[in-house]
Amino acid sequence: MKKPMKKNTNDVILESATTFITFIIFLFAVYLFFAGHYTPGGGFIGGLVTSSALVLILLAFDIKTLRQILPFDYKMVTAVGMLIAVLTASGALLFNVPFFTHAHGYFELPLFGKTSLHTAMLFDLGVYFVVVGVTMTIIQTIGESD
Amino acid sequence: MINLPLLPILIPLLTGVLLMFFTKQLWMQRIVSFLSTLLTIGVSLYLVFQVKAQGILTVTLGSWPAPFGITLVSDMLSALLVLTTSLLVFFVIWYSMTYLSEQHQRFYYYIAVQFLLVGVNGAFTTGDIFNMFVFFEVFLISSYVLIVLGGKPAQLRESLKYLLVNVISSALFVMTVAFLYGIIGTLNMADISQKIAEINQPGILSVIAILFLVVFGLKGAIFPLYFWLPGSYQVPPTPVLALFGALLTKVGVYGILRTYSLFFSNEVGIIHSLLGGLALATIIIGVIGALATKDAKQILIYNIIVAVGVILYGVSVMTRQSLEGAVFYLLHDMLIKAALFLLVGIMIGIAGSSRLKSMGGMIKDYPLLGWTYFIAALSLAGIPPFSGFIGKLLIVRGGIEAGDLVGPFIVLASSLLVLYSVMQIFIRGFWGTPKTYTGSRRHLVKQLIAPTILLVTITVAYGVGAEAVRPFITQAVDPLVDPSIYIQAVLKGG
Repeated sequence: MKKPMKKNTNDVILESATTFITFIIFLFAVYLFFAGHYTPGGGFIGGLVTSSALVLILLAFDIKTLRQILPFDYKMVTAVGMLIAVLTASGALLFNVPFFTHAHGYFELPLFGKTSLHTAMLFDLGVYFVVVGVTMTIIQTIGESD
Repeated sequence: MINLPLLPILIPLLTGVLLMFFTKQLWMQRIVSFLSTLLTIGVSLYLVFQVKAQGILTVTLGSWPAPFGITLVSDMLSALLVLTTSLLVFFVIWYSMTYLSEQHQRFYYYIAVQFLLVGVNGAFTTGDIFNMFVFFEVFLISSYVLIVLGGKPAQLRESLKYLLVNVISSALFVMTVAFLYGIIGTLNMADISQKIAEINQPGILSVIAILFLVVFGLKGAIFPLYFWLPGSYQVPPTPVLALFGALLTKVGVYGILRTYSLFFSNEVGIIHSLLGGLALATIIIGVIGALATKDAKQILIYNIIVAVGVILYGVSVMTRQSLEGAVFYLLHDMLIKAALFLLVGIMIGIAGSSRLKSMGGMIKDYPLLGWTYFIAALSLAGIPPFSGFIGKLLIVRGGIEAGDLVGPFIVLASSLLVLYSVMQIFIRGFWGTPKTYTGSRRHLVKQLIAPTILLVTITVAYGVGAEAVRPFITQAVDPLVDPSIYIQAVLKGG
């Protein structure tokens, strides 16, 4: 049986709940991502929670809608994530210190005040993209294969 | 350059990632992976000479001191293996460009090959037992992709078996590392070795040694654990098979070589005699398989098992001479297995089937192919001027010196039967009355033969120039015989 691309059901409650719950999940994912250094969280769980927000959109709407909202090729997202992670780690090569040596320091930022910035965050950003990319590629590929 | 040991891992990793950005442009994929693998060879060659000049090179990731960070260790053994691996991957990539269909190459083929190179080079270089597990997974997952790519029913069936066996063995690997960590409390291989020597190897460590043998034996196909290999290696296309046959089982062998020389070298009683017995049984099983089958691919696949047995017999004797022989034979076997698979791949391409009865009289139309195969076959069996000779000679001499007569006899007898099995391919394939061939790749022979001949030339040079290679091998064996060299280099005397 071939599924129709646009559903004919009338899920008003699910769809309107999704529209704002998605943002809450997304914010929670961003929170988890940035909290990773000092509290539980990090790139992996942040990426998974982000994908769960996207999967909720997939459940409430369909693949076409998600593609309109976020027109990414998720395989590219994975590739970008890998590139960020590898380049962050190999940035150490430029300073002739062992691979994966991270740099960090405290900076006065305009809005946040005194903040510690760490290149481990960039590596986590790579992990985040890879997790989102891989999860969404798997789900979309299975969903589209029929 | 402080990060030199890392470069043979980093270059293919970066290449694999970059290739993901233009999966549609096949020409870019080919050129980039060809050139970057060439660069990897250059870097590994430089690494070998640096290790020769300066001794063992280590880099501890993230600038953490040695037992706490992940250490990458390039001793001569791992540097030579990395060089051989990079060479083989280069030739296989060159060969695949014409051998595989465009459809096949388009679906992330080169990316998977690059990640396979990352995993194998990483597993050879790492000095951390859990990191070794991670690199094992990197090349295993790439090999899952490569074995199923193409999607023929047989491939799906066999990849399922292959995946199942490897998932189980990986779980066992994690459990073994967990046991070891529970007792020793460290994951750095040099540190583990030092601590095992301190607590004088109690019985539980012999259990762990045997668990390691099971884990690496499943990857490297030793006697009771080889059952998945003949089926799984039958299905992927020949260039992929050349990668698998030359590299994947050898990483398991390297794992045994490393753990048994570094961790469990204090008490060489039961575990080494167990390893020796299993190695001899592996030789016998491999020879029986190679003689029984009438399929060119299967003959070579069973010869992988024979070679694993021969190398591990050398490891189990644990004298300087036998280890030297094992290392010599390991490098030789990687090169020659890849060359033979590539040659047989051409024959299959001509005949359209790997059954021996569908071939015959090829020497008339393809003399160059025939004589190259002849040299490669002699080299595999260990005929004196070629590369298989010295390794086996040292293994046999080491075995006799250790007072064992059964082992050397089995190794020598296996050479004869191995020669018989590969000559079967030569006699049935190249002699006799020519047949009309229907293989789809018979017009490609001219392009395919170039990388193959070059690879065979390298193996011949490796055998003829054994005198020049010898100092490298001797240096590779030093840390195997005396683990304190390795420990000193990693922990800097601390």
